[in-house]
Amino acid sequence: MTDKRVVRPEKPWKSSPKQRLVSALIFLGAMLTSYLLVAATPMNGKLAYFLVFFFAFTLFDFIFHYLTRGIALAKDAVARAVVALGISLAVAPIVSILATVVIRGYKGIHLSLFTTDMKLNSVSDPIDQGGLLHAISGTAILVLVALLISVPLGILTAVYMTEVKGRFVRPIKFLVQAMSGVPSIVAGLFILSAFIYPITKAYSGFAGALALSILMIPTIARTSEEVLLLIPNDLREAGVALGGTQWRTVAMVVVPAARSGLVTAMILGIARIAGETAPVLLLTGGGDSVNGNPFSGPMGSLPFYIWKSYAVGTEESVTRAWAGILVLLVIVLVLFVSARVMSERRTKS
Amino acid sequence: MNDASNAEKNMENAMSTQPLVSSLGDVAKNRFDSRSAPAQVQGIGLEARGIHAWFGDRLVLEDLSLDFWSGTVTALIGPSGCGKSTFIRTLNRMHEFIPGAAMAGHVLLNGEDVYAPGVDVTKIRLKIGMVFQKPNPFPSMTISENVLAGLKLAQLKVDNKDDLLEECLERAGLWTEVKDRLGAYGGSLSGGQQQRLCIARSLAVRPEVLLMDEPCSSLDPGSTLKIEETISHLSSSMTIIIVTHNMQQAARVSDYTAFFLSEGGPGRMVEVGPTGEIFSRPKDQRTENYVTGRFG
Amino acid sequence: MILPASSQLPAKREITTKPRLSDRVFAWIVTSGALSSLLILGLIFFFLTYQGFSVLRSQGLHFITGSNWQVILDAAGNIDPKQTEFGIAAMLVGTILCALIAIVIALPISVLAALFLNFFAPPSVKKIMVAVVDLMAAFPSILFGLWGFFVLMPSAEYWAKLINRYLGFIPFFQVEPPIYTRSPFIAGLVLAIMVIPIITSIAREVFNQTPLDRIQAAYALGATRWAMIRAVVLPYGRSGVIGGAMLGLGRAMGETVAVYTVLNVVYQINWHVLLGAGGNVASMILLKFGEAGPDEIKALMAAGLVLFLLTLAVNSLADLIVRRSGGKGR
Repeated sequence: MTDKRVVRPEKPWKSSPKQRLVSALIFLGAMLTSYLLVAATPMNGKLAYFLVFFFAFTLFDFIFHYLTRGIALAKDAVARAVVALGISLAVAPIVSILATVVIRGYKGIHLSLFTTDMKLNSVSDPIDQGGLLHAISGTAILVLVALLISVPLGILTAVYMTEVKGRFVRPIKFLVQAMSGVPSIVAGLFILSAFIYPITKAYSGFAGALALSILMIPTIARTSEEVLLLIPNDLREAGVALGGTQWRTVAMVVVPAARSGLVTAMILGIARIAGETAPVLLLTGGGDSVNGNPFSGPMGSLPFYIWKSYAVGTEESVTRAWAGILVLLVIVLVLFVSARVMSERRTKS
Repeated sequence: MNDASNAEKNMENAMSTQPLVSSLGDVAKNRFDSRSAPAQVQGIGLEARGIHAWFGDRLVLEDLSLDFWSGTVTALIGPSGCGKSTFIRTLNRMHEFIPGAAMAGHVLLNGEDVYAPGVDVTKIRLKIGMVFQKPNPFPSMTISENVLAGLKLAQLKVDNKDDLLEECLERAGLWTEVKDRLGAYGGSLSGGQQQRLCIARSLAVRPEVLLMDEPCSSLDPGSTLKIEETISHLSSSMTIIIVTHNMQQAARVSDYTAFFLSEGGPGRMVEVGPTGEIFSRPKDQRTENYVTGRFG
Repeated sequence: MILPASSQLPAKREITTKPRLSDRVFAWIVTSGALSSLLILGLIFFFLTYQGFSVLRSQGLHFITGSNWQVILDAAGNIDPKQTEFGIAAMLVGTILCALIAIVIALPISVLAALFLNFFAPPSVKKIMVAVVDLMAAFPSILFGLWGFFVLMPSAEYWAKLINRYLGFIPFFQVEPPIYTRSPFIAGLVLAIMVIPIITSIAREVFNQTPLDRIQAAYALGATRWAMIRAVVLPYGRSGVIGGAMLGLGRAMGETVAVYTVLNVVYQINWHVLLGAGGNVASMILLKFGEAGPDEIKALMAAGLVLFLLTLAVNSLADLIVRRSGGKGR
């Protein structure tokens, strides 16, 4: 063999430095245009800058591509600009929301937030007095009770659709979808009419958890179904071929194989309900002190605390509301990221 | 259905009565003799120079150079996974749609590198058409809209659409079958008709080269024969490159045959030559093993 | 063993497996667990009807068509059935208006965003953006409400004034008296932001299912990306996207807290989207609930029933459309 020169992989279809330079120039040109145009005309404000920039960029890009490549690619360039506008409009609010919550919320964060409740304080007191303990513990209890109710039901629904596959697969799929569209306030009214008025006649954490379960079951059922569908069929056949009954196969082979996926389903379910406000307002009574018993007495929760602080409307109370939202947001973020990481790891292995 | 099974039987008979090497060699020779005019070699239309292809870190195609002459049909044969499809997809730059794909080397169309910076890839694909393994007419378009889809997609203007429509369907051998229902949807045709519709669709933008990636692999033998006739008609006016698993087909339709093989590593071209020679007097032992059906 | 010669084929043996007891119990438990969704939906319908029945009977159709909500007590402090009126037309109009504004704003943005993610974004950008959009779908609604009230409202008021100045000749955009705060337009904006992630992810899924061979066929004919999208992706995904938009509509109709925080709930039919008065059924329930007496609570239950049936209908239709489009080739 003769010695070969080393051939390196190339991607000639990627844009070349020259093309990138042109794009950057068009971008800068559009920025300059928007700056000049807004300064020279009575237009003003961020919106004007943004719109002028967008139209200038699209126009320059169009002209450049039209002159160098023709009409088809010029239209493609416009399409690219427009879809980029679409995604920026879609994600701009989230950036603004995150920034707002952090900037306004951190002022209300202090250590005693996690060690005291509001038993002795009102929401208009200075921010360093009182805390969120009752709300955090209340939300934890609500979530826990709701999990206890909806995890079995959600997973049984998923098992029915993927393992038992009885007559009702289609109707149940439809019903689960319909249930995921039940407005949270309707879930609250339902528990009010079916549980609080006829039976307990008093607000309780349990009533809130019942309403939250209604909202949580569809999330868990659908995510679990997706997860169970990913379990390869040979695994099931292997279980049955070894002489296992169906229920043993499901309980000892299929569900354990899907374990991490089912945990993801639970996490997503928690994220769905942790910040749910309307049913909590209707059902839990929202106490100001730590209450460990979901069956009696009003129970505080983060959404209730945020709502109440916001409604009072003084400077201190609104800061409290933002601090509460910051805590809630961190919880949701942590849940969401862990669900992502878990499902990522699952798909890789 | 009956025709189809008969055709299949005929093929089986042909295969069983004669030793394979000479049989395929004869088929190829017959084709060469029966051409109205000997393959009109009009110069090199498409050249591949030192093509390498990667998917991620995996090298799937190594150092492939091949010339395709205008007015000829070149068949690419070889076992599955030897890089034939990857190779023809590098020719019209469809390779780059696969995430993580990379390549090296040059593809020259009329002497110009299709991968050169600043080349408009859509123009390349207009000049190098492609027919896929599975017939894929656009289901939301009628037969005539399908044929003319390329004009619309690439924003080309043409003076007389009806003439072009008829011409393309005629060249694809479909005109007589569909001329009364041009407004029907593409999905209403049979598999073989759909594939000829796709060929007509490729022809409408007047490509210089037509790539065919196992165009008959999902069709019955009867439709296969029709497509092969179409290929023969077309071959006088354009460069055709066809990937096929069917050696009979390669022998029936092509002027040149290239044999690809992957021995564990990346795919390489083992041998290329006039089809008759590849099937009757292959130079490489591996080619002979393959064309005689000893493996693959 | 020699069988008697006969031209008859042997009768087919019936293969029956009698499931074991454990399996039957298992199937029974799973099935009843799965039917819980039916049970819950049925119970919601039953209890809301049961509680709201007296109001629905006394008000009749007026409950849906009337737009007055007034509780008149007689001398003894009991509710006076002759003069008391419960009609939710104003709030129904508000519900539909806000949700429609939301969809009109959210749909194009979502479709464009989905197209960007599927066909234009480099893989690394795509991964991050998809995660960001999904995260947004998990945000609690109270967060959108407060953000909408404190951050979006000032800008949105300014935009509303611009719209009024340049498009004020259209009856929809008239504002009289000039109150721009807490209008249905702003509520619709907040709702749009809430449903954009939902519609985007459905649109993305639908576009993702576009058959690859059609996409390749378009590219092989020399199509640019945009020409390919118009010829292949949009026709394929159209009905799925419509279904996704309807799911978003159902979601927007049932939203309570976010609307309550940004909308000035006034009990009147208001079609002027920029005018600061409006409401929706859900936020009205929350508003009236605090000070409602037992009879008014019954009326609120009936309102909840109407909302439940409305969202159920919209959702079911959406589900049908999405599922039908997913299965078919076209």
